[in-house]
Amino acid sequence: MLAIENVSRTFSNGETGFKHINLSVNEGEVIGILGTSGCGKSTLLRVLSGLDHHYEGHVKIDGVAVKAVHEKVGMIFQEPRLMPWLKVIENISFGLEEKDAKAVHYLESVGLTGFDNHYPKDLSGGMAQRVAIARALVTNPEILLLDEPFSALDAFTKMQLQDLLLEIWQKYHSTILLVTHDIDETLYLCDRIIILRGQPGEIYEELKINACKPRARGDLELAKMKEQILHLLDLTHVDIK
Amino acid sequence: MSMKATVASPKIEEKRKKNLQWSTKARNAALGSIVPIILMIAWEYLSGTGVFPPHLLPAPSIIFQSLLNMAVDGSLWGHTGITLYRLFIGFLIGTAAAVVVGAGVGYFAKAESLFDPLIQAFRSIPSLAWVPLFILWMGIGEPSKVVLIAVGVFFPVYLNIVSGIQGVDRKLIEVGKIYNFSSLKLIKRIILPAALPSFLVGLRSGLGLGWMFVVAAELMGASTGIGYLLVYGQNTYSPELIISSIVLFAILGKITDSILKGLESKALHWQDTIERKA
Repeated sequence: MLAIENVSRTFSNGETGFKHINLSVNEGEVIGILGTSGCGKSTLLRVLSGLDHHYEGHVKIDGVAVKAVHEKVGMIFQEPRLMPWLKVIENISFGLEEKDAKAVHYLESVGLTGFDNHYPKDLSGGMAQRVAIARALVTNPEILLLDEPFSALDAFTKMQLQDLLLEIWQKYHSTILLVTHDIDETLYLCDRIIILRGQPGEIYEELKINACKPRARGDLELAKMKEQILHLLDLTHVDIK
Repeated sequence: MSMKATVASPKIEEKRKKNLQWSTKARNAALGSIVPIILMIAWEYLSGTGVFPPHLLPAPSIIFQSLLNMAVDGSLWGHTGITLYRLFIGFLIGTAAAVVVGAGVGYFAKAESLFDPLIQAFRSIPSLAWVPLFILWMGIGEPSKVVLIAVGVFFPVYLNIVSGIQGVDRKLIEVGKIYNFSSLKLIKRIILPAALPSFLVGLRSGLGLGWMFVVAAELMGASTGIGYLLVYGQNTYSPELIISSIVLFAILGKITDSILKGLESKALHWQDTIERKA
């Protein structure tokens, strides 16, 4: 579905975001990209989305190399990024050529029925992010890229939206790439976890989670894995000077 | 779906909210008129007792009478009409030019480095300094007045458009890019609406300057218009005429600004600001 071949990104000031990333993603797979800040994981997602095309290497979708924004790719940002002058329903249909019933369908599927005519200023953070999810889904993307989508939300809203994402995955069989720094989130949602480390970031480890979804948030196996990931990220021992 | 329970009902009692808005508006208007009314009464009283000499500062009732006389003999409408006409045409030309140039300079970095320094240099010329040149070029008829007003309106509108466009959030533009929008579509669907608040601020300050320049233009050489009434009042020793004209400017200026302000709040009702939260 999506293949990343030896992709590196060097910024114009000589700094490197990440280097030599190789990854192939199967259809319907949920991949978590985990790493501490500064390892280039958001940059990687921008490269994959086509927003950033100053990279070396190849990004292939269905075997064809792409260097621009691809219609099969949908992106959800850390902030909702709604157009404040558009109503909820207009925001959802923002990427469509013309208004159609699809917008209403996705409004319902993110649980915002009845909020069609509200403006973004009247929405809570969680509701705004739901609208952003619906807006990304409305063009039927096969690959969904999520850049720390729930990191600005409170713990409960976050869990609700993680469940929503899971529902979407079950319903539309999307391929999902999720960049995050929340280990529990990756353990709850992902089939595979890619751990990036270093500056520039490189793939340090790849973990597979075989447990079926939906998973219990308090699962013992997952807790063990969390410990392992903390080790891999070099976060288990705390130095207090 | 389990999500539905988590969000509150969107229905609000629209009508009650509107009634409430009206009563607060009326109260604010009443509050705002207390001080002017007290001042008017004091003025009338002091004029009546002779503290204010009538040949310098006539009583409000005399000024009102002179306005009424002008309204009855029809001269008021003629002068007001021609002043509004000049302002309107000048405002339209100035705004149109500012929109075209401002949009180009704001969006294309090349256009900015080409044109902006020149425009900034022109901006630093006090606009009244153009008057002799315009009169020399176009005579003292309508064209020179309209062009002067247009020049006055151009700069605030231009500045606000450019800063509005350049201030558009890059994050919103990226959303358009994800959907593969063309440049034209980006401008139409994201940049222009996002720059609208700034543009409307520019329109309002442009209108303010437009009023300034219409007075300047009419003071300098006109045989009609409210500005001409000012000069006429000065030459014929009739302070009530001068003050009537000033009052007219105040009223008309306030009305036109209110129209723009109404337009602004209509167009920007989506904004989340302190003013609208209340």
